[in-house]
Amino acid sequence: MNAPDPKLGARAEPETKQLYAKRVPVFPRKIDGAFRRFKWAVMAFCLIVYWGTPWLRWDRGPFAPHQAVLIDLAHRRFYMFAIEIWPQEFYFVAGLLIMAGIGLFLVTSVVGRAWCGYACPQTVWTDLYQHVDRLIDGDRNAQMKLQNAPWNAEKIGKRALKWSIYLLIAFMTGGAWIFYFDDAPSLHHAFWNGTAPGIAYATVGVLTFTTFALGGFMREQVCIYMCPWPRIQGAMLDEKSLIVTYKHWRGEPRGSLKASQKRVEEGLPPLGDCIDCKQCEAVCPTGIDIRHGAQLACITCGLCIDACDSAMAQIGRPRGLIDYCTLEDAERESHGEADTPILKTIFRPRTLIYFSAWAAIGVGLLFMLGTRSRLALSVAKDRNPEYVQLSNGSIRNAFTIKVRNMEDRPRPVVLGFSGVPGAKIYSDDMEASAARGDLPMTVAADTTRRLRIYVEAPKGTQPAAVLFDLKANDQEGGHDESRTTFTTAEGNGQ
Amino acid sequence: MANNHDEGGADHGGRLDEATGVHTVGHEWDGIEELDNPLPRWWLMLFYVCILFAIGYVIAYPALPGRHSATPGMLGWTSRGTLAAETTAADQSRAAVRAAIAATSVEDLAKDPKLLRAAIEGGRAAFKVNCVQCHGSGAAGGKGYPNLNDDDWLWGGDIATIHQTLEHGIRYPGDDATRMSQMPSFGRDGILTPAQVQDVVSHVRVISGQEKPSASSNRGSAIFAQNCAVCHGANGEGGRNVGAPKLTDAIWLYGGDRATLTETVTNARYGVMPAWGQRLDPVTVKMLAAYVHSLGGGEATPAAPAAEAAAPAAPAAGQ
Repeated sequence: MNAPDPKLGARAEPETKQLYAKRVPVFPRKIDGAFRRFKWAVMAFCLIVYWGTPWLRWDRGPFAPHQAVLIDLAHRRFYMFAIEIWPQEFYFVAGLLIMAGIGLFLVTSVVGRAWCGYACPQTVWTDLYQHVDRLIDGDRNAQMKLQNAPWNAEKIGKRALKWSIYLLIAFMTGGAWIFYFDDAPSLHHAFWNGTAPGIAYATVGVLTFTTFALGGFMREQVCIYMCPWPRIQGAMLDEKSLIVTYKHWRGEPRGSLKASQKRVEEGLPPLGDCIDCKQCEAVCPTGIDIRHGAQLACITCGLCIDACDSAMAQIGRPRGLIDYCTLEDAERESHGEADTPILKTIFRPRTLIYFSAWAAIGVGLLFMLGTRSRLALSVAKDRNPEYVQLSNGSIRNAFTIKVRNMEDRPRPVVLGFSGVPGAKIYSDDMEASAARGDLPMTVAADTTRRLRIYVEAPKGTQPAAVLFDLKANDQEGGHDESRTTFTTAEGNGQ
Repeated sequence: MANNHDEGGADHGGRLDEATGVHTVGHEWDGIEELDNPLPRWWLMLFYVCILFAIGYVIAYPALPGRHSATPGMLGWTSRGTLAAETTAADQSRAAVRAAIAATSVEDLAKDPKLLRAAIEGGRAAFKVNCVQCHGSGAAGGKGYPNLNDDDWLWGGDIATIHQTLEHGIRYPGDDATRMSQMPSFGRDGILTPAQVQDVVSHVRVISGQEKPSASSNRGSAIFAQNCAVCHGANGEGGRNVGAPKLTDAIWLYGGDRATLTETVTNARYGVMPAWGQRLDPVTVKMLAAYVHSLGGGEATPAAPAAEAAAPAAPAAGQ
């Protein structure tokens, strides 16, 4: 049964294997460098956009809200600066989402998990909270010391202060979210008055809690265990994607400068460039060692590149021991060959196809936005009864029409009808005696006007294909039409 | 190879994976193995939290099945209770509108378009329950049951008259104020001979434009003047005070062909509608009146307040 197996040497050792692993806290050291500055810039941009956008105003005249970006779920309108989208036009949003998807494919195939490293809200808020850690507890070593310290007055005080700041940030984060869905200044006022809708408080509560928990405590656990995106992106990378790479052929065998010096004195070749200072590990926000190679937990933020570059500068060696590099180039470099030119890496069929698809959808959306009609007509014919015989022998059909005026001002329009000679139309809010060939009306700003329309045709009219057409009777103009049928007893075998 | 280790110990049966430095769990599926990484402890905590939640749920809500019903749960929640609460809430939300309709006379409903709209929609719902059996789901009627969409009314098409008809019914035995009239069975009771009946039918078909005048219709004209004109009018224009149909138009309740007209004149007709005032509450009857009036043939309320005099032609819709 327990036949000795040389390969199972490890099994013979009395291992205390844990079924569940406690999170190993990560205390990333502060670092400065090109990637850190880029990350600062992206973080500042994202936070300013997130917190600032709802407060931008945009004049839309007297009939529409003045918030530049507003998702008005209650009235089913989506405002984005000069663009107003009705639910019927939701394909614009779908198009944007598809563009976002393909854009991620494009970015990932070129520079790997840049989304994870710089722009993902989890990354941005984790980064923000890690700065709070440094502000209150000090840098990496001080944080570790405090973590292991007993719960004395200092630790309790610092923790209370830090977690209060966590909570404040979380509350501001959750709080800002609701302003995208209603007029920000008045909702802000109502929120503190206690008169905002219950859903607003619930939303803020939930988002405050998730921000506090995910940004303050879960951090890299979200990336490693919860998020599906690392797996998806792993599948989207290829050997020509730029990823953060430890150039082991240059760094190994690693060792201190002293050890290397000693070897040279002994007549052996010097060690590699990696002096095993572990700064790349110390700055990593997910706490991994990039020298193990590309891995799931690497969000490719490039902070280890900054750390390694500053170490190389100190010992007078060229930068880039850890650097953005493709798998293909890593192979070539390790054989002493030159890299593929960067432009050739970026402009390859895959990225060009992604870009074309992305750009084509964008151009298509812009075209549709430029040519879309802000006036629309839909007609539903009454099917029960299909027609009504009137006492003078004429035939009446009824239609339910909807006229959508998507402009933020009232518009005069004319509803026309053609296809049945001698037919007259009237609506259910006017006298039948006032029926005529067409129907002028006014549609209020930004509304759908629903009307029941009667069409009366002379005795003996045959069933016919008919056309309703709607014309705006103002300077801007605009037109829409809808085809339907006119039913009579004739030709029905009755 | 991995199969060798399947029978291994309980800790981990697998081999050491060189790339990761982690043991596999020891199972192998078509060459696919699983690394024996520990689960994060917070995940385990979440699992315990879920178990605690489930225990609380079982205590608070109906959960454990018994022979006839489940445990009631401490909150006393039931789906029937939820339904009852929602129904009550819906009734309460309608109460204001119903009160407003109750306080408004049926002629004045049109003065408040929002109220009229609400009344019409309420009537539409009530119609689907109470009226479609005879008048059809589109109110288009059928043989013997009037089409309510058209501009032809037996007893009158302004909203107050429609309301009166609904409230008290037509020839309904249980209501003293019901609309009452009866056409004689001219043929069956021997008032007219079969030949005379045919002559009257010819005349009616002539005045409705279905036949050219003939000797028969000329004879029928005289018989009509004697026997029919008192209700249907000298020219067949009908009489709304007795619900006598107009005979010159294109609309026939039972049919305008010779065979049907012969049947009508010989045996007469006696259509009945229940008095809905006895079956439905006043607000619903008002809403039904508003709905029927809205179907496309509703007439304006006559200027003279005379309720239902012989005034034959209120400005008929669509003419």
